[in-house]
Amino acid sequence: MKKSALFQFAERKYPYRKLKNVLILSTLYLSAMLAVTFLGAVFAYVVMRGVPGLSLSFLTELPKPVGEEGGGMANALLGSLELVFLASSLGIVWGVMVGVYLSEFGREKMASSVRFATELLNSVPSIVIGVFVYVILVKPLKTFSTLAGAVALGVLMVPTIARTTEEILKMMPVHFREAGLALGIPRWKVILKVVVRGSIPGITTGVILAVARVAGETAPLLFTALNNRFWQFGLFEPIASLPVQIYTYAISPFEEWHTQAWAGALILVLFVFAINLCTRVLLAKRSQ
Amino acid sequence: MVDHNSELVLETKGLKAYFGDNLAVRGVDFKVHSNSVTAIIGPSGCGKSTFIRCLNRLHEEVPGARAEGSVRLKDQDIYAKDMDPVMVRRQIGMVFQKANPFPGMTIFENVVAGLKLAGIRKKSFLEETAERSLTHAALWDEVKNKLHQPATSLSGGQQQRLCIARTLAIDPPVLLMDEPTSALDPISTSKIEELILQIKKHVTIVIVTHNMQQAARVSDYTAFFLLGELVEFDETSKMFTVPKDKRTEQYVTGKFG
Repeated sequence: MKKSALFQFAERKYPYRKLKNVLILSTLYLSAMLAVTFLGAVFAYVVMRGVPGLSLSFLTELPKPVGEEGGGMANALLGSLELVFLASSLGIVWGVMVGVYLSEFGREKMASSVRFATELLNSVPSIVIGVFVYVILVKPLKTFSTLAGAVALGVLMVPTIARTTEEILKMMPVHFREAGLALGIPRWKVILKVVVRGSIPGITTGVILAVARVAGETAPLLFTALNNRFWQFGLFEPIASLPVQIYTYAISPFEEWHTQAWAGALILVLFVFAINLCTRVLLAKRSQ
Repeated sequence: MVDHNSELVLETKGLKAYFGDNLAVRGVDFKVHSNSVTAIIGPSGCGKSTFIRCLNRLHEEVPGARAEGSVRLKDQDIYAKDMDPVMVRRQIGMVFQKANPFPGMTIFENVVAGLKLAGIRKKSFLEETAERSLTHAALWDEVKNKLHQPATSLSGGQQQRLCIARTLAIDPPVLLMDEPTSALDPISTSKIEELILQIKKHVTIVIVTHNMQQAARVSDYTAFFLLGELVEFDETSKMFTVPKDKRTEQYVTGKFG
């Protein structure tokens, strides 16, 4: 049988094609492995340096004055939780509302400007957000405060949550909305109780990304929440947070503080991992 | 048998439906008798779905879509200026082609969604309604032990009956069905046809179908639509045996469409 011109051509090119295939596949594989290795290396190093500093007193005690041995980061741990909790309350509600507006109500021109603005906001360096909140909250109130820190972190969460919410809501097929409307349910309730509620698993993903991001933010807190070496629960006082405490201890000249900074970093990494893991488990349970 | 003296429930006069500038329903006069099943047949794109979506004012929810003409539900004008579409839809329920139980809700939550989201909270009332609606939708026995499982765990046919139950729960005098069995297997289809014959004691039904046998099996009246117009409307037995219009005859005998 006569071989076609195409077949002969392909036959001639076959070894070259095979080589190209192997090269590209191995490049992709190596890139993926490198990314995993990098994360693994960071984690391993943080564990290695952090574990020696971990102790019960690290988790339960206040920082000791310079020169005294021991002490811990308990106030910074709790401070970070408080800041992230307050920031999330603000950022989740605000971000989801922006997302609902963009997906459900935005007239074309207005919506695309808002969308563009949230994208810009997302790329504003976090330190600039910190300076801005400094001007609008810290200066008028004449004090660094938990409130200012939470607002700065909350604003940082809005773009991510808004965009994920919008994308997820748009993926909800129109027939669910129609089913809701056809039951005589008012439009706003259809959106809230059918469309948004049915999209919670997807929206949660955006929320976690945002929470995980702000949990480790340091720069905006330097201008807003500042730091505090003592217990503090009010809204209008400076408050300690893990990232700022790590920063402060890491640039100090004391070896013991360095160890504590590593321990703090380990806790922070574990915290972010834990949030990720918990939500994955929750989502998996929900979808069953 | 068809009862000619039964009262009119729905009546349209000169009903036109637009998508932008495109006229999809070209002035339809149409009557629905109480406690009857009226089938709407016609080839794809003839405007039959658009037509019934005008009856509960769902058509206008599509961007750029609007309707003209009059639709009367007993003594109310559905398109009156002060008529709230929400109130229309509470009296004229709708079941869709694709089963669409609400995601993230259990079977029970789905059945009572229309009541709960209207603000009714009384637990005993919700439970009674759920049981009655699921029974009417011929689903109660299959789900009574798993009311609090996700609705998405049901099969396609069960999901469609759940959607019927969800609509019956708001107790509408009129039920619109837009090709409710076209995505289902023959067994699920026959279950839904049986339940249609059962519930017509309580509700008046308008059903769009592509399935000629289904129209013949379940309906008392049949309307034949073509290119956005109502070609012929009569008792089903006459439509399928002695149609007046040549085009109806050709369609029901399978010569085109």
